Amino acid sequence: MNMPPASEWLINSSPHVRANDSVSRIMGRVLIALIPALGAAVWFFGWNALRLTLACTVTCVLAEWASRTLMKRDRGINDLSAAVTGVLLALNLPPQLPTWMAVLGSLVAIVIAKQLYGGIGYNLFNPALIGRTFLLVSFPVAMTTWMAPSVFPWADAITTATPLGIWKTALNATQHAPPDFFQQFSVSDLLTGNRPGCLGETCSLGLLLGAAYLLITRCITWHIPFSMLFTIALGATILYKMDPTQNLPPHYQLLTGGVLLGAFFMATDMVTTPVTRPGMILFGIGCGLITLVIRKWGGYPEGVSFSILIMNSLTPLINRLARSRVFGHAPQSKPA
Amino acid sequence: MNIISALFSNSGGIHPDDAKKTTAALPSVVAPIPPLLAVSLAQHLGAPSKTLVKKGDTVLRGQPIADSAGFVSARVHAPTSGKIVSVGLRMTASGRTAPVIEIESDGQDQPFTTEPPAGDWTTLPPRELIERIHQAGIIGMGGAGFPTQVKLSPPPGKTIQTLILNGAECEPFLTADHRLMVEQAEAIIAGIRVLQHIFKDARVRIAVEDNKPDALAALAQAADILTGDVQMVRLRTAYPQGAEKQLIYSITGREVPSGGLPMDVQTLVENVATVQAIGDAVIRGFPLIERVLTVTGPAITQPRNIRARIGTPFSDLIAFCGGPRGPIGRLICGGPLMGIAQSGLAGAVTKTTSGLLVLPPEREAPFSSMPCISCGRCVDACPIRLLPCTLSETSEAEQDTAAEDLKVMDCIECGCCAYVCPARRPLVQHMRRAKARVQILRKQREAQKKKQPV
Repeated sequence: MNMPPASEWLINSSPHVRANDSVSRIMGRVLIALIPALGAAVWFFGWNALRLTLACTVTCVLAEWASRTLMKRDRGINDLSAAVTGVLLALNLPPQLPTWMAVLGSLVAIVIAKQLYGGIGYNLFNPALIGRTFLLVSFPVAMTTWMAPSVFPWADAITTATPLGIWKTALNATQHAPPDFFQQFSVSDLLTGNRPGCLGETCSLGLLLGAAYLLITRCITWHIPFSMLFTIALGATILYKMDPTQNLPPHYQLLTGGVLLGAFFMATDMVTTPVTRPGMILFGIGCGLITLVIRKWGGYPEGVSFSILIMNSLTPLINRLARSRVFGHAPQSKPA
Repeated sequence: MNIISALFSNSGGIHPDDAKKTTAALPSVVAPIPPLLAVSLAQHLGAPSKTLVKKGDTVLRGQPIADSAGFVSARVHAPTSGKIVSVGLRMTASGRTAPVIEIESDGQDQPFTTEPPAGDWTTLPPRELIERIHQAGIIGMGGAGFPTQVKLSPPPGKTIQTLILNGAECEPFLTADHRLMVEQAEAIIAGIRVLQHIFKDARVRIAVEDNKPDALAALAQAADILTGDVQMVRLRTAYPQGAEKQLIYSITGREVPSGGLPMDVQTLVENVATVQAIGDAVIRGFPLIERVLTVTGPAITQPRNIRARIGTPFSDLIAFCGGPRGPIGRLICGGPLMGIAQSGLAGAVTKTTSGLLVLPPEREAPFSSMPCISCGRCVDACPIRLLPCTLSETSEAEQDTAAEDLKVMDCIECGCCAYVCPARRPLVQHMRRAKARVQILRKQREAQKKKQPV
């Protein structure tokens, strides 16, 4: 019998089989899941969508490569996480933002928010949201200049405001809800994406399609997005019942701004969110509550980005507190 | 016999491809007795058996060649007749060095005794039944190798109310227990009768995963002769459904306390092969000298379920299965999730060898040093509800008290966490390292305590 040499056998600790998944496959699926939203962005906002997506993605991947090289670490750009950050940042930008600002935001996202913390796995905050928030506080005018959606061949951009912006401005100025608001923004427009807003946040149906794909392929679990959406829906219902003239109805709260993009694509970033299921639910509830509070009482019309970043900062704490009882231990065993 | 489904659902666990189709329907075949057998004296958990023979002795099949060396130890018998050619330390399939007795077969396979035990066993007191089991060298054949007579002798104050027969066989690839249940259902049920005599009034639960309906049916039919509270339990197929604590939870809804034993929740779990050996020992007077195991995997020419003598070298088993098909990448003793990678063909069958897995070389390295991305999949998969991702990092950083606080000592090393990890981190290895370090820490604390004046 011809027996091969045992010296070439692999000797490793068990287990000897493993699920056929990897970080790059997960990131690849996130990119696939963003295609419908990206498609809608191109449909409604034209070349700007492609320009910003390209600028952010290329900058992020190059910045990741350069940072790793300078820090003399594994290059690691083949895990696709930098590309995901790039696309997500682009989808969180207003369509007319100058390219150089998008490039700057991408550099902040990758170099400061991710690589200075140690790279993938070690960053405390969602890099794309840090990039977006940096741009929002640095260039408040450019980051809140919106254009009305149009269709091919994309007529000259008409500057306008987002639904949440219009709502907040009217309430601040007149103490009344804006007239014709619900005629101006019909539910079907909110679903298809035919409304002003960040590139990737407007097309609710596209985002839900991508979310379904992520849920089916088990890249995300329901815990964070559904608890976040449920909290917003519940809080919005209470506010609306209390005073329908001053508060948006719950479905408008869910379908405007960046709620769906945030809940399914940003608040589910694995690195910056809790690892336990109870922790994930807490995280989602926190995101929902903070979003509502900023929208209702804050200075900004929209609070999804801030809510997720604030909850990111609480993730280590949630991971310590929201633990399941270990098998065979009494329930009151104290958290370490 | 009525069949119920498991009443309680374990948290965690994984659903790997069970890969059992290759061998599930293959009747077990008897392997030829090899010319040279290597019988380990450390097949069980506890003190290695002390040898009763020396080089040059001739022995007969079933003759004791090593005896228990303490309370938690086991007797070992000659698997066939022949001459002792060496007694000494060598590497075994466990990856550790242990005393091994080598026997050169004389080809006669002459038995030591031919008489079945005298008298009606059903009239014997439990103590004597347990002694027969001890004499036969029976240990837990599911993998742990705990001496059975110890398990059957709970200390005063502990009672056994539930007797669980473990036919889960949740490791992928392995079909040895499956075939045993199909082919030897009556012998297994006979073993249960013996256990029922030892633990009168204990309820019996015969548990089989639902991917083995033929085994469930065969046992259910054979179990009709049993009296008392007996039920078949159909378990949901999941890994690690057959792990002792998980199995007890599935059936009784009770958790074995941390650091405790099944008897702490009035339960006894025995693997089907062990129970069959118990029946053979008590009723027919057979010592444990052979077992059924599965030789399988993509890199073996003819996968088989084999009834082999203890001490049969792995090289003989692989030859019996037509040799390797293509290059071997890994040889695993046991299943793919908890089995032990072999460094060569020096190993031999022990009472706990459930299979031999012959795997081709992999394109990708099995593990990487990529950072954890905190996806939480390991947390979902852990049947003990630990935080493998966090423990892996404390292990790397040698934060031993943190690991202890995170209950690393409760880890059963089932491998679910490493199976699901998309970053391919060697999580089980990290757990083992942390456990070893915590054990040292505890010993140091003990020593510190002793030093201090009271």
